[in-house]
Amino acid sequence: MAKAPPQRRFSFSSIVRQPLLGPLAALLLAVIVFSLITDSFLRPQNLSLILQQSVVIGILAVGQTLVILTGGIDLSIGAVAVLGTIVMAKVAGASGAVTALLVVLVVCAFAGLINGTLVTALQLPPFIVTLGTFTILYSATQLLAGSATYQVEQGPLTFLGKTFKIGTFTTTYGVVVMLLVYVVAWYALTQTAGGRHVYAVGGSPESARLSGIKSPRVLLSVYLITGVIAAIAAWAALGRIPNADPNAYQNANLETITAVVIGGTSLFGGRGSVIGTLIGTLIVGVLRNGLTQAGVDNLYQNIATGVLVILAVTLDQVARRRNR
Amino acid sequence: MRSSVPVSSSRWSRPLLAGSLGLALLGAAACGGGSGTAASSATSAAGAATSAAASAVSSATSAAGGSSSSAASSSTAGGSSAAVDPTRGQGVKIGIVTKTDSNPFFVKLREGAKARAEAQGAEVIALAGKFDGDNEGQVAAIENLVSQGVQGILVTPNSSSGLLNAISQARDAGIVVIALDTATDPADAVDATFATDNTKAGELQGEWVKATLGSTAPKVLMLDGTPGGTVDTFRHNGFLTGMGLTDDSPEILGKENTNGDQTKAQTAMENLLQRAPEANALYTINEPAAAGGYEAIKAAGLESQITIGSIDGSCTGVKNVKDGVIGATVMQFPAKMAEGGVDAVIAFAKDGTKPSGFNDTGSQLITDKPASGVDSKDTAWGAENCWG
Repeated sequence: MAKAPPQRRFSFSSIVRQPLLGPLAALLLAVIVFSLITDSFLRPQNLSLILQQSVVIGILAVGQTLVILTGGIDLSIGAVAVLGTIVMAKVAGASGAVTALLVVLVVCAFAGLINGTLVTALQLPPFIVTLGTFTILYSATQLLAGSATYQVEQGPLTFLGKTFKIGTFTTTYGVVVMLLVYVVAWYALTQTAGGRHVYAVGGSPESARLSGIKSPRVLLSVYLITGVIAAIAAWAALGRIPNADPNAYQNANLETITAVVIGGTSLFGGRGSVIGTLIGTLIVGVLRNGLTQAGVDNLYQNIATGVLVILAVTLDQVARRRNR
Repeated sequence: MRSSVPVSSSRWSRPLLAGSLGLALLGAAACGGGSGTAASSATSAAGAATSAAASAVSSATSAAGGSSSSAASSSTAGGSSAAVDPTRGQGVKIGIVTKTDSNPFFVKLREGAKARAEAQGAEVIALAGKFDGDNEGQVAAIENLVSQGVQGILVTPNSSSGLLNAISQARDAGIVVIALDTATDPADAVDATFATDNTKAGELQGEWVKATLGSTAPKVLMLDGTPGGTVDTFRHNGFLTGMGLTDDSPEILGKENTNGDQTKAQTAMENLLQRAPEANALYTINEPAAAGGYEAIKAAGLESQITIGSIDGSCTGVKNVKDGVIGATVMQFPAKMAEGGVDAVIAFAKDGTKPSGFNDTGSQLITDKPASGVDSKDTAWGAENCWG
């Protein structure tokens, strides 16, 4: 065997020492600043809103984190979810909400499976594969919807939009589901062999191969699970807006990548965490809400988010060089 | 690149750096809240009134060029000439949520609202979705405005039914909600609507094209907007009514979606002309689509053969009519929508009177080639009353 280029040695301890401090500091700072300069930001009702506004992108970002940890990227994730909302609305109209939820799970998982198959079996770059499926799925969704939007009945399909109280704090079942998805993903990534394999495949494919990890199987599972997560996000989306609109969530792919990157996960794979992604999602939500409360033009929120992305990637690069 | 510094030493530089930069950023943002400047890319069909009860619409008030309101950069057509009391709106906070930040039509809507509010001492907070179809972004904007305690919200919904929950929550919180430019479905989901009757605007375009063709048999191509868009459907159907055609008429040789985008429209028209080079009439969803369509027509050398109609009334569009790029356009009056909305919110905040119903802000055919039986104004009038 020819001498392999020097690889970063993969060790499990590097996962545990995730640098969450940066994102966490940024989140706390934003919260403190907005609390000081506005009267309305710290109200429980307002904080509850930020969580509700983060649900759909927050759930999708978990799937994006998994893919990015393997060194890939998923541009089709929002399109899969939008397809899911239309499938749900149409199936529910014909054969009921519960059937619709099951069908959408299968459809979105299948979409993920197609991504995974193209990436593993044909050895194509994930960026290109998912760019292709993104385009295909968006147009297919438009065709399926006949370019119309579908209002869905209140009931199981909109359940995640229902509010309930924890003490005096009002929140939605969607927020609970989002947090559950994060907890499950965190547990799977950090406490199971499968999770370690995801990090290994992304961090050092060569070491992973040498230690007997079957990379294709890991990748296929990750894309499949991402499809399932997109189905959950679709369900959450109907809870938030009981309207399946084929034009919705056009930027979800970029928004999830933003959340993942701001949360400290490396675009080069193998380093990062879903907890970071949750913090990243909240940073974006806090900026949008807080700047609105402060009466600042929305465009500043986009600029601030963009700066944070570049900052986060810079920090990741610095960390990588020191790790060489 | 091969420094051998241990990882741990970099762990403190990260949060510090992130923290200090974040602080600087937020500080800058908090102090620099200015109004966004007008961007120049029209990305969508500027909206339309979807009056579910188009028949019940009050007759269109003819849009006379009224006194231009203060501070707006270009004259605001039909600005209500009622004297404005500079203290009437003191302490009133009004939120406006447009479809996007970048479309000149919505920029005009925003500026019109700001100017009208400032003239009365009221404050406007302007938010927008990120793209056409960004319901989630608009819902978040409405929620954040409610959280902030505005007295009224003016909204141009992306989807006529996508915002219903957020709107009803706002109204439950005692806020008056007014639709501008695009009605909701059902229309009574909001307190009132100030908009163009788009069916009528489409009809005007169709009537003028039909009258201009005269005895020639129409061979029509259609550059539509976004598939399924409420606005787009009303204009499309209105045009067909004005032409005396239906969607299935053999006179219609082809239709393409352009999303109201000039580049997409040019491509679409190039392809349509490959299929139907004998066309003699072109419907366009808005002026950018008309400009794109014209580029394709000019490249094919068919300028003298094809009559182009459009809708919008932007200053660029009016200039295109003057230059012979577009045959005629139907002007709408975004500043009037914004002013009507702002005045209604201030009235509500002052004495609790709520606005109601569909308020047609009018539409006016602009052309230098008047056709018999179709009321029109020339481009000189158009240039005085255009927006953008």
